Amino acid sequence: MLTPLDFLTDLANPDLRFLPKALLIAVMSSIVCGVIGCHVVLRGMAFIGDAVAHAVFPGLAVSFVLGGSLVLGGAIAGVATALLVAVFSQNRRLKEDSVIGIFFAAAFALGIVIISRAPGYAGSLQQFLFGSITGVPDSDVVLVGVGGAVLLLVAFALHKEFVAVGVDRETARSLGLPVFWLDIALYVMVTLAVVLSVQTIGNILVLALLIVPAATARLLTDRLAVMMLLAPVVGAVSALVGLYLSWSLDLPVGGTIVLVATAVFLTVWVSAPRHGLVSRALARRGLRSRRRVAAQECRPEPVPQRA
Amino acid sequence: MPDTATAPAPTGSTPGARVPALEVSGLAVELGGRDVLHDVSFRVHAGELVGVLGPNGAGKTTLLRSLLALVRPASGTVSVLGRPASRSRAAVGYVPQRHEFAWDFPISVERAVMSGRVRRVGWFRQPGVADWRAVHEAVDRVEMSHLATRPVGELSGGQRQRVLVARALALQPAVLLLDEPFTGLDVPTQELLTDLFSSLAAEGKAVVMTTHDLVAAMHACHRLLLVNRTVVADARPDELTAVDAWQTTFGVRDSSPLLTSVGAR
Repeated sequence: MLTPLDFLTDLANPDLRFLPKALLIAVMSSIVCGVIGCHVVLRGMAFIGDAVAHAVFPGLAVSFVLGGSLVLGGAIAGVATALLVAVFSQNRRLKEDSVIGIFFAAAFALGIVIISRAPGYAGSLQQFLFGSITGVPDSDVVLVGVGGAVLLLVAFALHKEFVAVGVDRETARSLGLPVFWLDIALYVMVTLAVVLSVQTIGNILVLALLIVPAATARLLTDRLAVMMLLAPVVGAVSALVGLYLSWSLDLPVGGTIVLVATAVFLTVWVSAPRHGLVSRALARRGLRSRRRVAAQECRPEPVPQRA
Repeated sequence: MPDTATAPAPTGSTPGARVPALEVSGLAVELGGRDVLHDVSFRVHAGELVGVLGPNGAGKTTLLRSLLALVRPASGTVSVLGRPASRSRAAVGYVPQRHEFAWDFPISVERAVMSGRVRRVGWFRQPGVADWRAVHEAVDRVEMSHLATRPVGELSGGQRQRVLVARALALQPAVLLLDEPFTGLDVPTQELLTDLFSSLAAEGKAVVMTTHDLVAAMHACHRLLLVNRTVVADARPDELTAVDAWQTTFGVRDSSPLLTSVGAR
């Protein structure tokens, strides 16, 4: 196994130029996913994140067949699906999760059919599904950087509106907020965050980047601002450590990053200061022993025994 | 829905002598082709505390949603301070049922209250000094200042209800609409809230609340609207002694304890 120092040397090695590029993309996309993921986790939108991740696939397939930009193709397909879900969900007879189930499966199926027409599709299919750190063009690094910055800016600009809708949709509507359009905006942002991350992490695992860091951060704090700072840190550290382990142990990069993030989540779940398993157990025991002390204090003084 | 006959109110929107805070005339609402409300007309003036009573499915929630301009009426108008409800949203504070709010959201009391001012603050802007002052006044008004920075998830039912009231008050509205504010609260907490609503009315707000607690409403409200698809009765509590109105509204038997509880026999 490589030491971290060897990893740094490899990062600087001009023959391995794809490695720092992959690291940059993985870290940038996990920061963006961490922030956007906070809304996804707090609103219980994980399923739509999953749907969008799958829906991106036909776009990737078309771009691959036509030799276009994967990011652009994925973005178009994902946004189209998100809009379809939002529009069809307006019909009250169908619950949103059913609509999501229909469209993301259809989109994924379409992607499989399209890519099966392309020569040598098995290898590229695997790359789409599980991610890869090689073959990322320079232009994509710029695209992820600029796109990610724009997404973070929009998330900041619409933050208080997203919060108002997130805590109470009906009241947000009564205040005159355009709830439908804010939902669309959030769906589109989730889609774009997914598309930016899909290259390194892969289509199937990208959901983890959206959910796991945000869920971890939720366990660590009761403040949204802190949560939105912690989630990208958890994501970025997982990306860094995951890429290092993947490179030095020759493991698939997407899977390794997600497993590292999951390990962080489990650690926090057990040991978080207030909401973790251990501190909850301690709090319960503390309460019990305090009660016992109180009970003892209330007990009357023992009557001195005469010999 | 600019289908109103009301002339535009004089600018400055002073609650001039007899412009009612809330005026509903000839309101009819259909949902999914079903007639939910018809011929609903009433007025609420500044300083009044009005209770809306009726059985489940009587259209109380739909009535509130119409007052908030969240449903499009089939006919009739709703005006707030003489202007169409859809164009005077800032004048109406809404306190939904407690389960409408996501209490597991990581947000403090004062931030939750600030979320009521989101439109007043405006797009792409951060809350300013005036916004924070309004929030702190509202939090103070419901006696929650000592818990202002507490996460909302740690509050009791009564405290949560007060947060929702403060969020509505943060807009400094002329009209306050409350949906079932007493549901699931113990009696002392209900009394505390009743006092709060009474004093808000005394300060000049028009307060309208739906409730299932008939006895509490009889005591606290200045006026009661008995609603079942339409306004069956609109009178002071002590005038509502006719058995008919209660029976028509709630569809109960002659011997129902409901009638005794409201003093209708």
